[in-house]
Formats: sequence, C-alpha cells, structure tokens
Amino acid sequence: MTHAITVTINGKPYAHQVEPRLLLIHYLRDVVGLTGPHIGCETSICGACTVMVDGKAVKACTMFAVQADGRQILTIEGLATDGRYDPVQEAFWNEHALQCGFCTPGMILAAKQLLERNPNPTEEEIRHGLEGNLCRCTGYQHIVNAVRAAAARMGG
Amino acid sequence: MQAFEYASPTTLKEALSLLGERWGEVDVLAGGTDLLSLMKDYVHTPKRVVNIKGIAELGGIRRTPAGLRIGATVTLDELLASPVVRTEYPSLWTAADGVRSPQIRNMGTVGGDLCQRPRCWYFRLGYGLLAQKDGTSLVVNGENKYHAIFGGGPAYFVSASSLGPALVALGAKVRLASASGARELSVEEFFVIPKSDAEREIALRPNEILTEILVPPATGVRNATYEVRHKEALDWPLATASVTLRMKGATVESARVVMGHVAPIPWVAREAERLLAGKTITEEVAEQAGKAAVAGARPLSQNGYKVRLAQVAVKRALLAAARGKA
Repeated sequence: MTHAITVTINGKPYAHQVEPRLLLIHYLRDVVGLTGPHIGCETSICGACTVMVDGKAVKACTMFAVQADGRQILTIEGLATDGRYDPVQEAFWNEHALQCGFCTPGMILAAKQLLERNPNPTEEEIRHGLEGNLCRCTGYQHIVNAVRAAAARMGG
Repeated sequence: MQAFEYASPTTLKEALSLLGERWGEVDVLAGGTDLLSLMKDYVHTPKRVVNIKGIAELGGIRRTPAGLRIGATVTLDELLASPVVRTEYPSLWTAADGVRSPQIRNMGTVGGDLCQRPRCWYFRLGYGLLAQKDGTSLVVNGENKYHAIFGGGPAYFVSASSLGPALVALGAKVRLASASGARELSVEEFFVIPKSDAEREIALRPNEILTEILVPPATGVRNATYEVRHKEALDWPLATASVTLRMKGATVESARVVMGHVAPIPWVAREAERLLAGKTITEEVAEQAGKAAVAGARPLSQNGYKVRLAQVAVKRALLAAARGKA
C-alpha cells in the first residue's frame, strides 16, 4: 500500500504516492530527479547522501521517504541562490576541496550545518563536525581549509 | 527490504493499539538509525512499522521535582543542546556526544539508543543473540575481538547503548507504556542478559513503548563518562566507564561505577564501588578502583586487550568526576 506524502524540496512543493519502504535517497534521486545527493554506502556510514531535513543534516539513506512527509528538505541543488554559489560551495571551489567530487554534496551540507552552529570553528571542531562524511580520495586537509575559508568569508 | 505496513499515529494510545503481541510482528520507529539497518539486512522483517515521532507527548526535556524527564523521542542532538544536561549531567552529555556522527545525533533518539540491537556481527548476519550454529558458539570459536569480557555467556554480544552505562550510574528509570497501563523500571533492570534466542536483551515487551527516561536530581553528586575509542569518527567505543559519586566534602560517600561495551548489559563494577566508599579520589585510588572493576573479567581468545581499556576508562572517569569535569 502506498502513502501520500507532501514535501518541500529546495523551496518547491512536491506530492507523491510512495511505498513505505522507499528510502528518502531513492525518492530524491529516482522519483524527484535530484541526483546531487549521492549513494555511497547506503548504510549510514559515508555521508554522501547527506541532505538537510528541517534544517538538520541527515543521511537520506537512513530515512524513509514517508518520514519526510510535511517537512522541508534542502539538497545540494538548492544551496545556490539566484545563480550565486553559497559561500561554502565557493570555498570548496577556491580551496580545491574536492578531487573526484563524489563526497562533495554531502560534505558541503555537513559543513554548512557545522558553520551554522559554530561560525568560527577550530580545526579540531571542523574535523569533529565532519565525522559523518568520508572522502575516499582522502582530501581532508583541503576540505578543512575550505571550511575555514568559508567561515572567514561569512564573517565568523 | 521487505514491504511493510506503515502507521504514523499522533497519540500514544493509538500507537499502543498498533503494537503486536509477539516480537517480529511490529517495530517501533523513532529516529530509525538502527531499525533501518536491521531491516535492510533482513534481521528485522516487521509486518508493520509504527512511527512514534509524531506523538508530541513523547518529546521534550523537562525538569521536575523528581529530576530530569527526557522524552523517548528527544534526539541526541537535542539532549546535547540542553544546558541542564551539559552542566549537571556531564556523564550523559559525554556519552551522547560519543554517538558518532552529527547526522546520526540529529536523527537518533534517547529511547532508540536504549532499544537499539547489538552490533555483534554474528547477530547482524542472522545467527541470533546467542550467535550459535549447531549448538556451539560462533563467538567463542570465532572472531570475538569486540565481544564481551564479562557475563560468562551464553550471550557474548556487548550492549550497544551509549547512554545506558551513564543512566545506570545516575540511577535513572525508564517508563514503559502498554495499552493496559504503564510501569517503571530502573535502567539497570531494563537491560537483561538473554539466556536463549527467544529472549530479548531489554525488558521491554512487544506490546510496550518506552515513553520517557527519568534521571534523579544531580544535587550533591559528581558524574563523568570516559570512552576509549579506536578512532574518533563513526564507530562505537571499545570500552567506556560512567561514574556517579555522591560526595561529602572531598570524601566519596557512595559510588556507582558502570562499564560499557564490555558485557551484554551495562556492567556494574560492584567491587570498585565498595572500594571507593569513604575514600578521597586520588590518582592511586582511581587506579585501584580500575583494577578492582576488571578483576572478574573473563576475556575470550581475541579481546584480552579490552580488560586494560576498561580498567583505564574507570580510572579516567573517576579522575574526571573528581575534577568536576566530564
């Protein structure tokens, strides 16, 4: 049996009938067509599927789409405003904080939450805040640099 | 994942009416960080899933004359944001912060932490809580690096709960509701060592929902948690200790010392508790208490290292509590 859900994704309302077992990540990618959030491990470890639900970073592989009913979702596609990158996106670009780019959408959203909660984090706090996101290219130092640069840019 | 029927009730009464009489029929969903992994691996194949996050009365942290009342669906992130928890219950705060990562703390709930299933890889592969095949233990004869050093079997998994040891040490209670009423148990009684695969590792019944946690006032006590980890990110700790010290000046009037990840339940170190009564916490006393805490450990073929880790965790938790810092 399917359930009717309504969600707001990147500011746009959506309504769909979904099976309860449909994971949020599959809903976003296969039903809505937003392929920015990636599927890495599908076991809530790697963080490539990280999106914001009601302003909190979560792993979209470890949530059912039905749990998102009535809630606000932000994916990497919704981060830029009026064609201008978010400061975190820009900092990742400037600081070469990606190699293959697979972890980047999740990494940026996790970094965004980290800076919302702590506008001027130390290196240790940045690493603690990004614990839920793995970079298989192991480019962590540049990612940390990017978060620092974004913090400076945002006036933290 | 096997298909299931989904319900998202808004009242506790309705949620309770949707539960089953036997384990396996219905699963309760809050944060889902453990349940979804169990369902993906077909360890749990419920016919119905009841989402309790929409039930307002199960949320919220509130100070009451009896102590702190924490709703079961409070997330670990909400718990960490509570000034009362940070200042008065540092042992609970440290344990919640030890749940890695931020995304899991945003979803995972306090009730879910207590009800999560063991991480034992044989259990997760479908061999049950006792992890036996043809009547012999896969753990004893197999890969037991992360298994229990206390309890003596036949269950060798370790309790995965991060908050359990801190809550036992603080003397907290859980409230369990069913359609016919509610009962309260100490968190210590809530965790049980199963003797057969038909039993569970917690005292919750299939027709019950854990609705809240009650932590007694922290007046006159010092508390701390210390975790020993293999790596900072993602994983569960290897061994932890949570202590609560009731003080009279600089002297310990009574102590609770509870170790985590060393047994199928949060393991109370009674020998260490007895040793600490009437003492002042010094480096030497803390060291002795650590040794006393692990004196009865019976490690398996690959986990002897955990004895030392648990001993050090007890020592460092005591020193942290004595300093008044978590």
